[in-house]
Amino acid sequence: MSTTNPRSPALGAVSVGASRARERAPDGTGVRRRRLSGWQRLISPVALLAVWQLVSVAGLVSARKLPPPTQVVSTAATLITTNSAAYGTLQHALLASLERMLLGFALGATVALVLALVSGLSQAGEEAVDPLMQMVRTLPLFGLVPVFIVWFGIGQLPKLLLIALGAAIPLYLNTFAGIRGVDGKLAELGQVLGLSRRELIRHVVLPGALPEMLVGLRQSLGVAWLSLVVAEQLNTNSGLGFMIDQATQFLQNDVIFVVLLVYTILGLLTDWLVRRVERRALAWRRGLLAA
Amino acid sequence: MASRSSGSLTLPRRPGRERSRPATGDLADGAPVVSISGLRRSFGNRVVLDGLDLEIRRGEFVALIGRSGSGKSTLLRGLAGLDPGLEGDMDLHGTVSMAFQGARLLPWKRVLDNVRLGLRRPDPDDVARAALAEVGLQEHHDAWPMTLSGGEAQRVSLARALVREPDLMLLDEPFGALDALTRMSMHRLVTGLWNRHRPAVLLVTHDVDEALTLADRVLVLANGRIAHQATVSLERPREREHPDLISLRNRLLVELGVDTKGTS
Repeated sequence: MSTTNPRSPALGAVSVGASRARERAPDGTGVRRRRLSGWQRLISPVALLAVWQLVSVAGLVSARKLPPPTQVVSTAATLITTNSAAYGTLQHALLASLERMLLGFALGATVALVLALVSGLSQAGEEAVDPLMQMVRTLPLFGLVPVFIVWFGIGQLPKLLLIALGAAIPLYLNTFAGIRGVDGKLAELGQVLGLSRRELIRHVVLPGALPEMLVGLRQSLGVAWLSLVVAEQLNTNSGLGFMIDQATQFLQNDVIFVVLLVYTILGLLTDWLVRRVERRALAWRRGLLAA
Repeated sequence: MASRSSGSLTLPRRPGRERSRPATGDLADGAPVVSISGLRRSFGNRVVLDGLDLEIRRGEFVALIGRSGSGKSTLLRGLAGLDPGLEGDMDLHGTVSMAFQGARLLPWKRVLDNVRLGLRRPDPDDVARAALAEVGLQEHHDAWPMTLSGGEAQRVSLARALVREPDLMLLDEPFGALDALTRMSMHRLVTGLWNRHRPAVLLVTHDVDEALTLADRVLVLANGRIAHQATVSLERPREREHPDLISLRNRLLVELGVDTKGTS
């Protein structure tokens, strides 16, 4: 579970922004700086794959324990093309998992944003909401699994709730910190300009909190994926976690590796998506960070 | 609701909004914009304003100087409606706008959106563009505030104050953070804007020369009141080294408690 120090996410946000910022020089002349994140970043992962393949082919580790990358790829192809009795198809499992993830995340994110607004925008709201959230924050998320099963059974609901809870906490904490971190001088300016409370929230508070909110979003997506993996290994009959479960029983490590690979790709994809959102939403500070 | 009558004072919480007269002009040059009497403000045991009286008329350029901690900013914030803890009588007539020391632009809004923020009129874009043109920044309407220089940001903030067509313009050390050259051109700009629109201006500054260059009247704030006033009747633009200004400056420095004999 995330133990967020309200300041550290901000630093994270800056470094994220900075890595986005290099494409344009501050004066907008379009001078390109040396790109550090191009193909060079692929060298070490590719090297790792090569070593992995060599180790397997040389027979240093049995293929049962560590299937070589080539076998993982061919297993993946098989799982996509054949609808086996044990696993179904990979794409079917992927869809089931995505649905779970999206529903759970949407639920958690909505609740987190509403609660963060309530506690961020009023003292009474903070007193009502924040202690509870701070308590929930310290609960070990996956320790709740047995309780959730007792309460909500073994169907879809406890899984969604686990994902929702995992996603809600970092988003709430960061958004709350972001709202509270908005420069009081700007709020004062809003008052001098005669903004209504609504306008103040819309033009000053929310945009000011946005950088931290986006940091929270990334953290909470990470936790949501993690929760998905855990949730899906509880008595499921569909989804990626179900495939892992089955593969464990059949001792098919190559299938497990395929699923792990898919999880990784999904994680990377969401991260990329949030970066794109960040890049658009925080365009106003690109100029500064590139300088 | 253009005026606010006296009584045990309640300050407008949102000056710009409540006094939403469409344009200036129903207050004639010379009509009182600010009438304050017996204004008091204390923070705990420390009394910052202690029975302060002040009147400012439309078209008047007033500078307020004082040692740091003398209450200049407290007075200004009070006039802007930012201080609910004031006691005393304060009448404000007309619209008030303010420019701050840091330009206080919203970094996530482009320049034009900063200027038009909170404007309640049918043509906010047009008047905002016109105000930007007046401060010489029409080309920057689409820029992000973080790409502006300090002087440019401050000009945007002046445009934002100006676009509200204020009867009283509060300037809280707006040039304090600028370099000397930029400051000189800002002085010319402010003088020009004031000449054209004739609001009452109350400029808080710690710079006696700046006060003498710009203002008709220089107030010295000490011990919670206006301890001294000097009228400056020289034509503008003013020569810094004009003998009248030099003698005024020395007198003001004495009032501020600065020992001029030792230094000159």
